[in-house]
Amino acid sequence: MKTFFVHLLIALISSYVYFKYGDPIFPYNAIWAVVVWSAIMVVLWLTTPLYHKSYFRKLPKAIAFVAYFLKELVVANLKVAYDILTPHYRLQPTVVALPLSVTTDFEITVLAGIITLTPGTLSIDVSSDKKILYVHSLYLKHNDAEQLKQSLKQGFERRLMELTA
Amino acid sequence: MLENVNFLLIREIISSVFIIIGVMFMLIATIGLLRFPDFYIRMSAITKGATLGLGLILTGMGIYFNEPDMFLKVALIISFTFITSPVAAHVIGRTAVRNKIPFWPKTNLDEFKGYLRKDHMTRNHQKEEKEQKP
Repeated sequence: MKTFFVHLLIALISSYVYFKYGDPIFPYNAIWAVVVWSAIMVVLWLTTPLYHKSYFRKLPKAIAFVAYFLKELVVANLKVAYDILTPHYRLQPTVVALPLSVTTDFEITVLAGIITLTPGTLSIDVSSDKKILYVHSLYLKHNDAEQLKQSLKQGFERRLMELTA
Repeated sequence: MLENVNFLLIREIISSVFIIIGVMFMLIATIGLLRFPDFYIRMSAITKGATLGLGLILTGMGIYFNEPDMFLKVALIISFTFITSPVAAHVIGRTAVRNKIPFWPKTNLDEFKGYLRKDHMTRNHQKEEKEQKP
Protein backbone atom coordinates (compact mmCIF):
# COMPACT_ATOMS: atom_id res chain seq x y z
CA MET A 1 0.00 0.00 0.00
CA LYS A 2 2.72 2.42 1.02
CA THR A 3 4.83 1.42 -1.97
CA PHE A 4 1.86 2.02 -4.23
CA PHE A 5 1.33 5.57 -2.99
CA VAL A 6 5.02 6.38 -3.28
CA HIS A 7 5.05 5.05 -6.86
CA LEU A 8 1.84 6.92 -7.66
CA LEU A 9 3.36 10.19 -6.45
CA ILE A 10 6.61 9.61 -8.33
CA ALA A 11 4.75 8.78 -11.56
CA LEU A 12 2.36 11.73 -11.24
CA ILE A 13 5.08 14.26 -10.50
CA SER A 14 7.51 13.00 -13.12
CA SER A 15 4.92 12.81 -15.91
CA TYR A 16 3.68 16.29 -14.92
CA VAL A 17 7.18 17.72 -14.98
CA TYR A 18 7.92 15.94 -18.25
CA PHE A 19 4.97 17.52 -20.03
CA LYS A 20 5.21 20.91 -18.35
CA TYR A 21 8.95 21.64 -18.44
CA GLY A 22 10.50 18.87 -20.54
CA ASP A 23 10.61 18.66 -24.29
CA PRO A 24 7.92 16.06 -25.06
CA ILE A 25 8.20 14.13 -28.29
CA PHE A 26 4.44 13.63 -28.27
CA PRO A 27 1.90 16.46 -28.49
CA TYR A 28 0.26 16.89 -25.10
CA ASN A 29 -3.20 15.40 -24.72
CA ALA A 30 -5.05 13.24 -22.24
CA ILE A 31 -4.23 9.96 -23.97
CA TRP A 32 -0.48 10.59 -24.05
CA ALA A 33 -0.54 11.83 -20.46
CA VAL A 34 -2.15 8.56 -19.33
CA VAL A 35 0.23 6.51 -21.51
CA VAL A 36 3.35 8.18 -20.09
CA TRP A 37 2.01 7.92 -16.55
CA SER A 38 1.29 4.22 -16.91
CA ALA A 39 4.66 3.61 -18.56
CA ILE A 40 6.39 5.10 -15.53
CA MET A 41 4.19 3.01 -13.22
CA VAL A 42 5.10 -0.15 -15.16
CA VAL A 43 8.83 0.61 -14.99
CA LEU A 44 8.57 1.17 -11.24
CA TRP A 45 6.49 -2.00 -10.93
CA LEU A 46 9.18 -4.04 -12.70
CA THR A 47 11.72 -2.94 -10.12
CA THR A 48 9.64 -4.08 -7.15
CA PRO A 49 10.70 -7.75 -6.97
CA LEU A 50 13.98 -6.45 -5.60
CA TYR A 51 12.51 -4.95 -2.43
CA HIS A 52 8.76 -5.61 -2.16
CA LYS A 53 7.78 -9.00 -3.52
CA SER A 54 4.07 -9.01 -2.67
CA TYR A 55 3.48 -5.70 -4.46
CA PHE A 56 4.64 -7.36 -7.68
CA ARG A 57 1.84 -9.90 -7.37
CA LYS A 58 -0.82 -7.53 -6.11
CA LEU A 59 -0.78 -4.70 -8.64
CA PRO A 60 -2.45 -6.69 -11.48
CA LYS A 61 -5.14 -7.77 -9.03
CA ALA A 62 -5.63 -4.17 -7.94
CA ILE A 63 -6.08 -3.08 -11.54
CA ALA A 64 -8.58 -5.89 -12.12
CA PHE A 65 -10.42 -4.78 -8.97
CA VAL A 66 -10.65 -1.16 -10.13
CA ALA A 67 -11.80 -2.25 -13.59
CA TYR A 68 -14.45 -4.51 -12.08
CA PHE A 69 -15.60 -1.66 -9.82
CA LEU A 70 -15.90 0.81 -12.72
CA LYS A 71 -17.83 -1.76 -14.78
CA GLU A 72 -20.24 -2.36 -11.88
CA LEU A 73 -20.60 1.41 -11.39
CA VAL A 74 -21.65 2.05 -14.99
CA VAL A 75 -23.81 -1.05 -15.45
CA ALA A 76 -25.74 -0.54 -12.24
CA ASN A 77 -26.15 3.19 -12.92
CA LEU A 78 -27.78 2.32 -16.23
CA LYS A 79 -30.07 -0.14 -14.42
CA VAL A 80 -31.24 2.53 -11.96
CA ALA A 81 -31.59 5.04 -14.81
CA TYR A 82 -33.84 2.61 -16.67
CA ASP A 83 -35.97 2.22 -13.57
CA ILE A 84 -36.25 5.98 -13.11
CA LEU A 85 -37.30 6.64 -16.69
CA THR A 86 -39.91 3.89 -17.06
CA PRO A 87 -43.27 4.39 -15.38
CA HIS A 88 -43.44 1.20 -13.30
CA TYR A 89 -41.12 0.43 -10.41
CA ARG A 90 -39.34 -2.90 -10.51
CA LEU A 91 -37.95 -2.18 -7.07
CA GLN A 92 -37.87 -4.75 -4.29
CA PRO A 93 -35.97 -2.93 -1.54
CA THR A 94 -34.42 -5.06 1.14
CA VAL A 95 -32.11 -4.60 4.07
CA VAL A 96 -29.68 -7.50 4.31
CA ALA A 97 -27.23 -8.24 7.09
CA LEU A 98 -23.92 -8.95 5.37
CA PRO A 99 -21.57 -10.95 7.62
CA LEU A 100 -18.08 -9.47 7.29
CA SER A 101 -14.96 -11.54 6.79
CA VAL A 102 -12.73 -8.45 6.69
CA THR A 103 -11.57 -7.31 10.10
CA THR A 104 -9.59 -4.08 10.11
CA ASP A 105 -11.19 -0.64 10.15
CA PHE A 106 -9.55 0.32 6.87
CA GLU A 107 -10.95 -2.67 5.00
CA ILE A 108 -14.44 -2.14 6.42
CA THR A 109 -14.33 1.53 5.42
CA VAL A 110 -13.28 0.72 1.87
CA LEU A 111 -15.86 -2.05 1.54
CA ALA A 112 -18.68 0.17 2.85
CA GLY A 113 -17.62 2.97 0.52
CA ILE A 114 -17.54 0.70 -2.51
CA ILE A 115 -20.91 -0.81 -1.64
CA THR A 116 -22.40 2.67 -1.31
CA LEU A 117 -20.93 3.79 -4.62
CA THR A 118 -22.34 0.81 -6.50
CA PRO A 119 -25.85 1.92 -7.37
CA GLY A 120 -28.67 -0.11 -5.96
CA THR A 121 -26.90 -0.68 -2.69
CA LEU A 122 -26.41 1.65 0.27
CA SER A 123 -24.54 0.61 3.38
CA ILE A 124 -26.49 1.80 6.39
CA ASP A 125 -24.65 0.74 9.50
CA VAL A 126 -21.97 -1.49 10.95
CA SER A 127 -22.89 -3.47 14.03
CA SER A 128 -21.00 -2.46 17.14
CA ASP A 129 -18.83 -5.60 17.16
CA LYS A 130 -17.79 -4.96 13.52
CA LYS A 131 -19.14 -8.32 12.38
CA ILE A 132 -22.19 -7.32 10.35
CA LEU A 133 -22.68 -4.65 7.71
CA TYR A 134 -26.29 -3.66 7.07
CA VAL A 135 -26.85 -3.02 3.37
CA HIS A 136 -29.95 -1.46 1.84
CA SER A 137 -30.44 -2.89 -1.64
CA LEU A 138 -32.92 -1.85 -4.30
CA TYR A 139 -33.15 -5.07 -6.29
CA LEU A 140 -33.68 -8.53 -4.92
CA LYS A 141 -34.03 -11.30 -7.47
CA HIS A 142 -36.59 -14.01 -6.64
CA ASN A 143 -36.67 -12.94 -2.97
CA ASP A 144 -33.29 -14.56 -2.49
CA ALA A 145 -31.24 -12.61 0.05
CA GLU A 146 -28.52 -15.28 0.14
CA GLN A 147 -27.77 -14.79 -3.54
CA LEU A 148 -27.31 -11.05 -3.08
CA LYS A 149 -25.02 -11.59 -0.10
CA GLN A 150 -22.97 -14.12 -2.03
CA SER A 151 -22.59 -11.79 -5.00
CA LEU A 152 -21.43 -8.96 -2.73
CA LYS A 153 -19.04 -11.23 -0.87
CA GLN A 154 -17.63 -12.90 -3.96
CA GLY A 155 -17.51 -9.71 -5.99
CA PHE A 156 -15.98 -7.15 -3.68
CA GLU A 157 -14.98 -8.65 -0.36
CA ARG A 158 -12.93 -11.54 -1.75
CA ARG A 159 -11.00 -9.26 -4.11
CA LEU A 160 -10.41 -6.74 -1.34
CA MET A 161 -9.11 -9.44 1.00
CA GLU A 162 -6.72 -10.70 -1.66
CA LEU A 163 -5.32 -7.20 -1.90
CA THR A 164 -4.88 -6.44 1.77
CA ALA A 165 -3.95 -9.91 3.02
CA MET B 1 -1.73 13.14 -43.36
CA LEU B 2 -1.62 14.28 -39.76
CA GLU B 3 -1.43 17.95 -40.72
CA ASN B 4 -4.90 17.85 -42.21
CA VAL B 5 -6.60 16.64 -39.04
CA ASN B 6 -8.27 19.31 -36.94
CA PHE B 7 -7.24 18.23 -33.44
CA LEU B 8 -9.18 20.98 -31.73
CA LEU B 9 -12.39 19.76 -33.34
CA ILE B 10 -11.73 16.15 -32.32
CA ARG B 11 -10.96 17.22 -28.76
CA GLU B 12 -14.09 19.30 -28.61
CA ILE B 13 -16.25 16.43 -29.85
CA ILE B 14 -14.76 13.94 -27.36
CA SER B 15 -15.11 16.31 -24.41
CA SER B 16 -18.67 17.23 -25.42
CA VAL B 17 -19.63 13.55 -25.49
CA PHE B 18 -18.19 13.06 -21.98
CA ILE B 19 -19.93 16.16 -20.63
CA ILE B 20 -23.29 15.31 -22.20
CA ILE B 21 -23.22 11.77 -20.79
CA GLY B 22 -22.31 13.15 -17.35
CA VAL B 23 -25.10 15.72 -17.43
CA MET B 24 -27.57 13.01 -18.51
CA PHE B 25 -26.59 10.88 -15.51
CA MET B 26 -27.06 13.84 -13.17
CA LEU B 27 -30.41 14.74 -14.72
CA ILE B 28 -31.67 11.16 -14.40
CA ALA B 29 -30.50 11.02 -10.78
CA THR B 30 -32.39 14.24 -10.06
CA ILE B 31 -35.57 12.88 -11.64
CA GLY B 32 -35.09 9.81 -9.46
CA LEU B 33 -34.77 12.05 -6.40
CA LEU B 34 -38.20 13.48 -7.17
CA ARG B 35 -39.86 10.21 -8.18
CA PHE B 36 -38.71 7.50 -5.82
CA PRO B 37 -40.96 6.51 -2.93
CA ASP B 38 -38.82 6.74 0.21
CA PHE B 39 -35.77 8.39 1.69
CA TYR B 40 -33.31 5.51 1.41
CA ILE B 41 -34.06 4.76 -2.23
CA ARG B 42 -33.69 8.44 -3.05
CA MET B 43 -30.35 8.51 -1.26
CA SER B 44 -29.05 5.61 -3.29
CA ALA B 45 -30.27 7.19 -6.52
CA ILE B 46 -28.73 10.62 -5.97
CA THR B 47 -25.29 9.68 -4.60
CA LYS B 48 -24.18 7.49 -7.47
CA GLY B 49 -25.69 9.55 -10.24
CA ALA B 50 -24.05 12.70 -8.95
CA THR B 51 -20.66 11.04 -8.39
CA LEU B 52 -20.47 9.37 -11.80
CA GLY B 53 -21.86 12.47 -13.51
CA LEU B 54 -19.30 14.73 -11.85
CA GLY B 55 -16.49 12.36 -12.79
CA LEU B 56 -17.53 12.34 -16.44
CA ILE B 57 -18.02 16.11 -16.63
CA LEU B 58 -14.61 16.78 -15.10
CA THR B 59 -12.94 14.27 -17.45
CA GLY B 60 -14.52 16.07 -20.39
CA MET B 61 -13.25 19.38 -19.05
CA GLY B 62 -9.72 18.03 -18.62
CA ILE B 63 -9.71 16.76 -22.20
CA TYR B 64 -11.01 20.07 -23.53
CA PHE B 65 -8.45 22.33 -21.84
CA ASN B 66 -5.60 19.98 -22.73
CA GLU B 67 -3.02 21.16 -20.21
CA PRO B 68 -1.00 19.15 -17.67
CA ASP B 69 -2.10 21.49 -14.85
CA MET B 70 -5.77 21.00 -15.61
CA PHE B 71 -5.48 17.24 -15.94
CA LEU B 72 -3.71 16.94 -12.58
CA LYS B 73 -6.36 19.04 -10.86
CA VAL B 74 -9.16 17.06 -12.47
CA ALA B 75 -7.61 13.76 -11.36
CA LEU B 76 -7.30 15.08 -7.79
CA ILE B 77 -10.90 16.33 -7.68
CA ILE B 78 -12.26 13.04 -9.03
CA SER B 79 -10.32 10.93 -6.55
CA PHE B 80 -11.37 13.06 -3.58
CA THR B 81 -15.03 13.00 -4.67
CA PHE B 82 -14.92 9.23 -4.97
CA ILE B 83 -13.47 8.96 -1.47
CA THR B 84 -15.78 11.42 0.29
CA SER B 85 -19.20 11.08 -1.30
CA PRO B 86 -19.95 7.50 -0.11
CA VAL B 87 -18.93 8.51 3.41
CA ALA B 88 -21.46 11.36 3.33
CA ALA B 89 -24.17 9.03 1.98
CA HIS B 90 -23.40 6.44 4.63
CA VAL B 91 -23.60 8.99 7.46
CA ILE B 92 -26.87 10.47 6.18
CA GLY B 93 -28.42 7.01 5.84
CA ARG B 94 -27.31 6.01 9.32
CA THR B 95 -28.69 9.20 10.83
CA ALA B 96 -32.00 8.54 9.07
CA VAL B 97 -32.22 5.07 10.58
CA ARG B 98 -31.41 6.41 14.03
CA ASN B 99 -34.09 9.10 13.67
CA LYS B 100 -36.62 6.42 12.66
CA ILE B 101 -37.34 7.74 9.19
CA PRO B 102 -39.89 5.21 7.87
CA PHE B 103 -39.02 2.71 5.13
CA TRP B 104 -41.18 2.16 2.06
CA PRO B 105 -43.93 -0.32 3.06
CA LYS B 106 -42.79 -2.84 0.43
CA THR B 107 -39.27 -2.95 1.89
CA ASN B 108 -38.22 -6.36 3.17
CA LEU B 109 -36.89 -5.68 6.66
CA ASP B 110 -36.60 -9.26 7.94
CA GLU B 111 -32.88 -9.16 8.68
CA PHE B 112 -32.97 -5.60 9.97
CA LYS B 113 -35.61 -6.02 12.66
CA GLY B 114 -33.11 -7.48 15.11
CA TYR B 115 -30.88 -4.46 14.67
CA LEU B 116 -33.72 -1.99 15.06
CA ARG B 117 -35.04 -3.64 18.20
CA LYS B 118 -31.62 -4.09 19.78
CA ASP B 119 -30.49 -0.59 18.92
CA HIS B 120 -33.59 1.06 20.28
CA MET B 121 -33.48 -1.09 23.38
CA THR B 122 -29.91 -0.12 24.13
CA ARG B 123 -30.71 3.52 23.58
CA ASN B 124 -33.68 3.34 25.93
CA HIS B 125 -31.53 1.48 28.40
CA GLN B 126 -28.88 4.21 28.33
CA LYS B 127 -31.56 6.83 28.78
CA GLU B 128 -32.90 5.01 31.82
CA GLU B 129 -29.43 4.77 33.28
CA LYS B 130 -28.89 8.48 32.81
CA GLU B 131 -32.22 9.21 34.44
CA GLN B 132 -31.41 6.99 37.38
CA LYS B 133 -27.98 8.48 38.02
CA PRO B 134 -28.89 11.96 39.29
